[in-house]
Amino acid sequence: MIHVTTPLLKENLKKLKAGDQVLISGYVYTSRDAGHQRMVDQLAKGEALPFDVVNSIIYYVGPSPAKPGEVIGSAGPTTSYRMDPFAPTLIKEGLSGMIGKGNRSQEVVKAMVEYGAVYFAAVGGAAALIASSVKESTVLAYEDLGTEALRRLEVLNFPCIVVIDSQGNNLYETEKNKYRNQG
Amino acid sequence: MREIPVSELTAKIKNLCIEANYIASTDIVEALNDGLSNETSPIGQNILNQILDNAALAKEKRMPICQDTGMAIIFLTIGQEVHFVGGSLEDAVNEGVRQGYEEGFLRKSVVEDPFNRVNTEDNTPAVIHYAIVPGDQVIIEVTPKGFGSENMSQMHMLKPADGIEGAKEAIIRTVDEAGGNACPPLIVGVGIGGSFEKAALLSKRALLRDVDEHAKSPEIRAMEEEVLNKINRLGIGPQGLGGLTTALAVHIETYPTHIAGLPVAVNISCHVTRHRKAIL
Repeated sequence: MIHVTTPLLKENLKKLKAGDQVLISGYVYTSRDAGHQRMVDQLAKGEALPFDVVNSIIYYVGPSPAKPGEVIGSAGPTTSYRMDPFAPTLIKEGLSGMIGKGNRSQEVVKAMVEYGAVYFAAVGGAAALIASSVKESTVLAYEDLGTEALRRLEVLNFPCIVVIDSQGNNLYETEKNKYRNQG
Repeated sequence: MREIPVSELTAKIKNLCIEANYIASTDIVEALNDGLSNETSPIGQNILNQILDNAALAKEKRMPICQDTGMAIIFLTIGQEVHFVGGSLEDAVNEGVRQGYEEGFLRKSVVEDPFNRVNTEDNTPAVIHYAIVPGDQVIIEVTPKGFGSENMSQMHMLKPADGIEGAKEAIIRTVDEAGGNACPPLIVGVGIGGSFEKAALLSKRALLRDVDEHAKSPEIRAMEEEVLNKINRLGIGPQGLGGLTTALAVHIETYPTHIAGLPVAVNISCHVTRHRKAIL
């Protein structure tokens, strides 16, 4: 098991290989469909983003509401391909990592290889388990979007798998082929 | 004639929404354990273990199994001797959803318009399907449906000449294209026959079955088994990261259709597939 801490520097992310099982600790930023649209619109207008995207990790999640006394509700990954139209823009701005589930477009993988970024999968539906690795949650922007608001989460040992590395190796393709026509 | 106050539906639906989201149903947990004992991929085993640990934790802490607590899909099977009193039936159903999602700390995932995307803040309206049958009972079935898997569903308007082999191929291709996006291991609901919307409705209904509840007709049951076997040889595996556990069940419902048609609707559902039932 490999420990990954944020900010995720480019020289560190290049050591991560598709198939590595990792535990992420530090700050990650939450955003999904509507939040990505806003971030890309802000960049197009020449405005600064609500957080420093350089060397950061974005987690594609819309958590359920926190019960009283809890930091966050259930918080598993949402499907990543819906963020594919926006991801290359953020990668060019310096984004180092994305956490989600499901395969990515060729454009996203190309930007990851060109600028240096890594894509992690968390287990979709393991949302209560993942919530237990969240120690703090702060809304930074877009509060009107409710579950889709931009949050900063402090995570400790958030279990993920490197599924597409910065060389473009893709676990969704290699592993599926290994098990095809077996069983 | 049997009078039923609509408030009884509100209370039941509220509880069904909460329980469905907190407690993984026994049939799914058993099927996941079976999958784990058969899985050879180390990554796949790790993922199945996390899914099972998660289900236990969600039940213990009374929190949602998955943060996508779904759009509330509700099937009401109403005996024709029943007379609802005390207000609008539809309002009572939505009030149950509203209370369940609010009091259960479930996520509000419904937007009021497909284009303006403004959240309704209480997860209403529900999608409600009514059926009128003989008798004086009301059967309420609730399936909160997540959209990671809903988005991977497909409709195929096949030709009669495509036959049963064409239908099998369409189901398998739909699952293959869904890959890891729909949170496998999956429950695959299939509706075959009827018209465009009838096939889609049958495919959703098929998701309400328990994992080990098979089609009554021997031919369709054999088809379910063959398609499930072929899906589990695609290699997709848990979360699409390789393995032998791609689907836990394939449920197929059929209906008479037109001489010119062979509609095949495939409703993809994730490993959480929530389904709860109550009878009034």
